[in-house]
Order: sequence, then structure tokens, then C-alpha cells
Amino acid sequence: MSAPLQRPKRKNPILRTRLPTAPPAARSRMAHGLTAGAARGELELQVCRDCGATQYPPREACHACLSDRLAWRAQDGRGELVSETTLHLSYELFFRERVPWRLGMVRLDAGPIVIAHLHGDCAPPPARVKVRACLDKSGEAALFAVPEKETPNMADDRQLREMTCDPKFRKVLVTDGKTALGQALVRALVAAGADLVWVGHAEPWKKFAGFDELAALPQVTLVPLDVTDSRNVREVAAEIGGRVDILVNNAEHHRAHGIGDRQGVETARAEMDVNYFGLLRLAQEFGPAMRARGADGQSSAVAWVNLLSIYALTNFPPHGTFSASKAAAHSLAQCLRAEMRGSGIRVVNLYPGPIDDEWNQLLLPPKLAPAALAQAVVKALQSGVEDVYPGDVAQEWLARWRDNPKALEREVSS
Amino acid sequence: MSTPRRAKGRAGARAPRRNPANRPASPLAGLAQGLAAGTIRVVDLTATLSPEFPHISLPPEFGQAWPFRIEEVSHYDERGPAWYWNNFSCGEHTGTHFDAPVHWVSGKDLPHNAVDTIPPERFIGPACVVDCSPEAARDPDFLLTKRFLLEWEKRHGRIPARAWVLMRTDWSKRSDDPAAYQNYDETGQHTPGPDTDAVRFLVEERDILGFGTESIGTDAGQAVHLRPPYPCHYFMHGAGRYGLQCLTRLDRLPPTGAVVIAAPLKIRNGSGSPLRVLALVPGAKPRENLR
Amino acid sequence: MTRRRAGYDGVAVAMPVTVPYVRYSIRGAHWWIGRAMAELCQRSGVRKEEIDGLCVSSFTLSPDVAAGLTQHLGLSVRWLDHVALGGGSAVVSLRRAARAVQAGDADIVACVAGDANHVDSFRLNTANFSLFARDAVYAYGSGGTYASFALLTAHYMRQYGATREDFGKLCIAQRASALANPHALFKQPLTMAEYLAARPLATPVHLFDCVMPCAGAEAFLVMREEEAAARGLPWARLLATLERINAFPGDPVQIRGGWELDRDELYGQAGAGPQDMDFLQAYDDYPVISVMQLEDLGFCAKGEGPQFVRANGFTVDGSLPLNTCGGQLSVGQAGAAGGHLGMVEAIRQLTGQPLGRQVPDAELGLVSGFGMINYDRGLCSGAAILATGARAGTG
Repeated sequence: MSAPLQRPKRKNPILRTRLPTAPPAARSRMAHGLTAGAARGELELQVCRDCGATQYPPREACHACLSDRLAWRAQDGRGELVSETTLHLSYELFFRERVPWRLGMVRLDAGPIVIAHLHGDCAPPPARVKVRACLDKSGEAALFAVPEKETPNMADDRQLREMTCDPKFRKVLVTDGKTALGQALVRALVAAGADLVWVGHAEPWKKFAGFDELAALPQVTLVPLDVTDSRNVREVAAEIGGRVDILVNNAEHHRAHGIGDRQGVETARAEMDVNYFGLLRLAQEFGPAMRARGADGQSSAVAWVNLLSIYALTNFPPHGTFSASKAAAHSLAQCLRAEMRGSGIRVVNLYPGPIDDEWNQLLLPPKLAPAALAQAVVKALQSGVEDVYPGDVAQEWLARWRDNPKALEREVSS
Repeated sequence: MSTPRRAKGRAGARAPRRNPANRPASPLAGLAQGLAAGTIRVVDLTATLSPEFPHISLPPEFGQAWPFRIEEVSHYDERGPAWYWNNFSCGEHTGTHFDAPVHWVSGKDLPHNAVDTIPPERFIGPACVVDCSPEAARDPDFLLTKRFLLEWEKRHGRIPARAWVLMRTDWSKRSDDPAAYQNYDETGQHTPGPDTDAVRFLVEERDILGFGTESIGTDAGQAVHLRPPYPCHYFMHGAGRYGLQCLTRLDRLPPTGAVVIAAPLKIRNGSGSPLRVLALVPGAKPRENLR
Repeated sequence: MTRRRAGYDGVAVAMPVTVPYVRYSIRGAHWWIGRAMAELCQRSGVRKEEIDGLCVSSFTLSPDVAAGLTQHLGLSVRWLDHVALGGGSAVVSLRRAARAVQAGDADIVACVAGDANHVDSFRLNTANFSLFARDAVYAYGSGGTYASFALLTAHYMRQYGATREDFGKLCIAQRASALANPHALFKQPLTMAEYLAARPLATPVHLFDCVMPCAGAEAFLVMREEEAAARGLPWARLLATLERINAFPGDPVQIRGGWELDRDELYGQAGAGPQDMDFLQAYDDYPVISVMQLEDLGFCAKGEGPQFVRANGFTVDGSLPLNTCGGQLSVGQAGAAGGHLGMVEAIRQLTGQPLGRQVPDAELGLVSGFGMINYDRGLCSGAAILATGARAGTG
């Protein structure tokens, strides 16, 4: 049974920090079909549209009938563990530093044989298991077999933790605590076991509602932070950046304007300055230290979370300039993810639909409650996914966008 | 050397050569000498521009003035090996700044109402410093009244025409604590300023150059509730007069006798700008500021 | 199977050459293959210009393929093949060359395998071994072949009750044989206690279950009988072969190789059965595969490998001499030459030119090849039965 995670001892400051290494990252284009599902926390495998055979490893033609009509379909991952081994030696630094490492061979009920990382609680073969598609420390899809029935402290398995970004015993920076969402995030992270939450707030001379309640939480430290002020961001990073394990950037400037219904660019510039340039400033100042600490013990630096918007995929014209700023942030977040590659820091992007706040007042429900969005962030960190579409509106927009983005463009502009 | 005879007044004659010893004294010579000797002091009434300096914040539906922001271009590094420079951005009304008449709807159609068209001689003028610091300390919503001004005049003399009237509240001493400086609560901002009658008196009966304060806004923080709202902006700018805000060190100035230099940036059709406000003060030592 | 395959009448396999292995060498594969070619010519008297067929196996020739080697070594041929089947390459090279010689497409074919081994060679080769390995195996622990074989071994042990001692017996017997081989990289005898106590690499595979990757080369010549006789070369006769790639794709975990499908035909073509074999040169990448070959080649029934091992002796004077020069486990694995090791040893034993000890009265031998762990199983199986043609020192 997995031992519950213990609070790590304080770091010895004299010792050199272990630098991040990463598992082999080379994959073929076909194999990235797995990555797409794993990014959302789903196991998807190719299924032949002509004969129905499930394929693994990913390939260009059906192994049963040679058809090239292979479609990626969600799988439940259930199967039987048919063999296992515990690795004591590895050719690659990442695994060399982490042996012994358990591996299994699983026969999926759907047919294929897969090689997967093996959870410590899985009984020796023959045993029923469930195979998940996780993202490993290289950001590539990796199959992970866990017991079919959840076991106590299952998430604390040493190998599984290499795939996730659990906030437990970690230190988190939430860049904007002034909004209802920010405060919900702080509470959710504290409930998930974060040891320390720095809470940023701009214009500290304007005391915000909820300030006192936040300040009263023992894990919380309030930090003046204005993501439009380069020097401020640099100074906060100098002060706390070396200790931030998870950075949640929810600082956001949101107005409800398109192009023609607002004169001048001042509002749109403010949106860009917070939503896009704010991310750039934070990434420049906090990124390097986090990258260096990607393998720094049990409470290593592990994740960078961006609050984007489903409007980043398709512009929502009534909030047109806001949408554009979120699209810019989405693109920059991809750049950040590329630059974080190899460091083990997961860049997690959330694309919610409208949040139930003042700037979405005129939108009809369903709207996302701040507490629900905060829970989605925590869940994303605990499961180690990187693309999250929380809530009904986000899920629907995503489905429409994947099906026919041009149709969605027309639908939202009507 | 003897002075050669010079013909005077004849057409075609050379202009007389002046002997420096005989030159009539320039009115500015005393200024230069006084500055050099320290008998005329320069007091800097300007707050340092930095991103932390409190800036005006309007209700979210409105357009917002930019706070001061500064981004390094290079710092003797690969972006520019031998030099250091920055780009900065801010609103016209950021930091210690000048308000031109065009800034307010009541002044929008007046001639010479923008920072680039105000006659430059208006940028230099005598200053009267009205000390309201004890009152402001007791009540952040203190309103300077006509009566208060008349009392002041009894002690210091009539406010001359074309003078700056500067309302000393020592509010600038709060600028290290942005929360205290902005002094916001659920009903908005609470900072001192003039009431309607005071402004009308200064404009209509004293013909002043402009009104200056140490807080953000020449009007009081709660001036939206006066009639008309924001009377200082309304009447000053409506009469083609100016404003100065976020001044510092008014406590170093005598009630009268200082000359203020306040020249805003020459922005085409600008409504104002951050600027350096300097006061020339006679005397070697700061005098007690008498009420 | 509707018609009987053609036999290998008239084919002679001669001139066994080993370029002694070295653990690490700065030389490239071209050097090792070049040395093997030089030895083939020098010892046989066949001039380089007379070699008109070439069959190459190597993992480290890149960026060259076989054609590049011809120009590199100054060879001109009219038949060229590059066999990339790992440990199955020797048997398959022999099959190809035999047909070429029979058809007259070439008269003298050099079959050569050689590989470089630098400090990082094995890791790089393993990391990029195949598309499936790169996409679905190497990122899982990067344990290379010993992780893959560990999964197969664990399954086999669970399925059929094999013990580590069973595998150890084979390793120890081969080590005993290796002591007489001057080129073997392992020089010390191996005891069961040492075998069992050796450190685990990936359970249940421990240190002495694994070959030592090294640099080296092996080679032989294929020609017509008349050619060998005219040149006075000792030679072996090729009786039968089999080749299967990706047999039994439906088996969830590999417990058998393609030998099972064709062994009856193999023995039928040779006119002999497993009990007639004077030795077996099995592909011994890991001992579990040796046991699989014993079963699939008919020495015992499927699943009875453990009992067979316990009941027999595998040294040169045992009931079934196995890997008589020590095998890869004790001599070393020179990359793609791993399978050629057994073929070359078979030719030596049958022609009375052993490197180590001679199997008494060896006249008939079985060479088995296996390889290409493309994903989760070895895809290639091959086997060849050879007989003495002409011994050294005769004719």
C-alpha cells in the first residue's frame, strides 16, 4: 500500500540543488495522438474505422486489415497485468536517479499489449489494472497502470508523483487574490495541502473585500504584486521566486468590448498589459528559478498555471479585445511550455467559459462559479494534465471547435 | 583706458560699445547672484516618478489614466553595451502634474487652453501657500472655504492677481503609504480640497493663475457630491486657469513671497503633463511658516 | 504449405573468421568489417577481387549502408545484401547467400557482421532502435533490452515454473566452455552462488543473464562445393534452414518463436531430428531465449524447458553441447555479430577448427538465430542445420 506523503524536511542550503533531467522525449507524429489525449487526462488509442481493431503502439495502418482510416478514440484502459519487472539500472539519467522503478506489461481488454509504468499498489501478475495516459516529466504521453480499484494514498505513489503536480506540501504563488476567483483558488490550494500560499494583489492601497479573511489564513502571505509593473515583478521574484513550486497566474483585466463599441485602444491595451504582458513579465522573472528547481526534492517546482479563456480558441466578439488578449496569452503560454521543456515544470492552461463575475454579468448561465474553477485548477494539478476546459460552456465550445472551427466562428458571431 | 567719444543718435553711426562696468543692472542679475550665493533657494515641489507613486483610479467603466511605468531598454549589456536608458509610459495626469483648461468640459472651447498653447509667461508666477495641515490632519474630507481664505488674507495680505494658490495639507508626507495617500474606503476617496465658494472667490474676485494641492486631484476626494461636482476643475478650467497636483514640500514655502515655475511638457493639444515644479524662495534658511 | 522447398545441394560454408572482441574500441564498424574481410582473404587464399558477393550486418555503419562499404573496402560485387535482423542475421545471411551461389548470381559470397562499441554506443543504439521502441518502450525506464527481456523472463517463469537456477545452469555451462576460448571476454569460472548473488538489472534479470556489448566482427564464406574443394578449404554442408519474421503476433506475451512453425520441415529437409544434433548454437542474448529455442526447436515440449535443462548437461562434453565456445553470454556480443558468433562456431566445430574445445565427433549441428525486439517481442527467428563437408587437415 502507498505510504501517505510526509512533509519533507527542510532543505540543506549548503548542498547543490539536483538539476532536472527528463525521460526520453523523442516520439513519432503518430505517437503524439496519445499526447493530445494525455494533455486532457484521457487515454485515447487508434481504432480502425473499417474493422474496429484497436492499435498500439501508434501506427500508420491497421495491423489487422491495413486500412489507414484510424481514429483516436477514448479508452477505459482496463486490462490485465501479465508481466512486471523492477528496474535497477537505466541508460538514461532520469531513471538512473529514480531506480528502483516498476514497469509492467498489460494486456488491455481492448486488445493491445502495452508497456507501462507500474503503480506500487498493483498486485503481481495476474492482476486487474487500469491504464491511464499521463504526461511524464518531458511532457510526453506515458502510460501508467494503477490498481483497478483505488487504494488509499494512491496519489502519493513515488512514481505516479513524477507525472503529477500535487500541491500537497508545496508553496504556491497566486498572482491575484483580489477577485472572488483568486480567493477561491487560495482556499482550494490550502485545502489541497499547500504549505504556503503567496497571494499577490495590485494597488494595495485599495483594500479589497475578503482581504482580512485571506490574511487570517495561516498559510497565506499577502504580497503587493502588479503584473504591469516590471520592476515590481522582478523584486517579488527576487524575494520569493526561489521558493515558488507552483505559480498560478490568474491576474486578469477583463472588459466587455469589441472593436466598434469602444473608442480608442486604452481598454484593449490594459487587457493586453495584464493578460499578455503580465504573463511575459512573470515568465521572465519567475521562470528561470522554477526551471532550475524542477527536480529539487519532494517539493520541487512543478507547475505553472495560466488562467486563459475558451475565448482564446475562438474570439467572442462582445468581449472581442479581451478574447484577443487571451489568444495572445495562449500563444505565449505555448512558448513558455516549450522553454520549460526538459525542466519538468508542467505549463497548465485553463480555458474556462464565462466566470460568474461582474464582467460577465450580462451573459446568461451556465457560468462558472469561482469555487468550481478553483477546484478544476486543483484537480488539474493533482492529475498532471496540461489543457483544461472546465465547465459546460468550455466543454461545448471545445467540442464545436474540434468538430468545425469555422462553424463555431459563425455561431458566436451571430 | 579712456572712453572714446561716441556719436549718439546719428544715423549710420555704429552702436555704442558698452563698458561692462557701466552696464545697467539686468533684472535677472540679482536672481543669478542670489542663486549662487544661496540667498535665493530652490525648493523642489515635485514627487519622484516611479511605478509605486499613487495614481488616479476611476470607476472601472471609464477609461483609465496610466500609472507610471518604466521598461529598461539596455543597461550596459547585450541590448546596448555602453549605455543605459529606459522607455517610460504614463498618463498626462500621473505624478506631480499640471492640468490645462482643456482638461475639463468647462474649458474645452477657450483659446490657448492646452499645454502647447498656454502662453509661456503663465508658467512662472508668485505663490500663496495656505496652510490647512492641522485641519486636514483632523479631517481628511476638510474643505477649504472662502472664509478660511479671508482669514488667511487678514494675516498675509490680499492674494495678488495671477498668483498660484497652493493648499498646503502636508498630504504629500503620506505618499510612502499609498493606502493612506489614496485614503479609500467603501464610499470612495477622502482627501481635502476647496469648496465651491472658495473656488469661485479665487477665480472671480482674485483672478488667480491656478490652484495647487498635495493630493491627487485639485478637488476634494468626495467632490463628486459638491455642487457642481468637482468645482475646482469646473470653475478654474472654465475660467482658463490651471491646476497643480501631487505637490510636495509646501511646508518649506513661506505663505507669500515664493515664485513657482511650473512648465508642462509641450504636448500637442495636451490636457496636462507630469512636470518639474520648482519654487524660488528668498532667504537663506527656511522660514517658519506663519499662519 | 503446398510444395516442398528446394534443398541446399552444392552449397559450401567455409572460412570461419573471428576478429577478437574488445570491450570498447575507438575504431568504427568499417574497421572491424575490414579486418574480417582481410582475414577471410588471407586465411582462405581467396583474393579480394574474387569475392563477388557481400552480405553485411551491422548496427553502427551509419551513415553508410552496405553499398558504401564496397567502395570503402575496394570491393566490386554483383550481389549485395544488408541483413538487419539482429541475432537472426547470420542464418538469414546464409540463406540468401546460399541461393545466390546456387543460382549462379554470385560465386563467392562473404557474409560478415561487425560493430563498433564506443562508451555511449549501446545507449544510442537502444534509444533509436525502432519506431515502436522509441514511441512505446524506451521512455519507460530506458532499460534497453534487459528491461524487455525481464518482462519476458518474468512471464515465462510464472507460466512454466522456471527458476533462476535453471537459467543459471546454462550460463555456468557456457562459462565453463568459454574458459578454453582465448577470445572470450569473460575469463573466470562462474558458480551458482555468484550467479544468484549478482546484482539485479531488471528483475528477474541479473548481471550474469546479460551479454557484454563489445566491438568485434565475425565472418564466413559461402560458395559452391567444387569451389571449396578446389581451394582446399575445410567446409560445412548446408542441409536446411528456416526463417520467420513476426510469427504468432496474436500471442499476448512472447512464449515461442517462429521456429515452432517450421521445425518439422527443417528436420525433414535435413533428414535428422533434434536427438541427432551433436551441438546446438542457440542465440543466447538472455538465457530465457535459449530455453525457448530448446522447446521450439523440438528438444522438448513447450513448457518443459525447465525440466529439460535440469535433466541435461550443456558443456562441450555434456548431453547437449550448447554454445560451445562460450556463447554471447561469456564471449561478448559484438552488436549484429552476436548471431554470427554461433554460425562461425558451428562451422569451426564441424570442420575441426575449434577456438576452444572440440565437441567429440561433431558431424551435425544446429544454429539458431533470434532478434529484433522491435517492441515487446523478438520478431525474427531462424535456424540452420549444417553438417561436416570436409574437415581441416583432410583433402
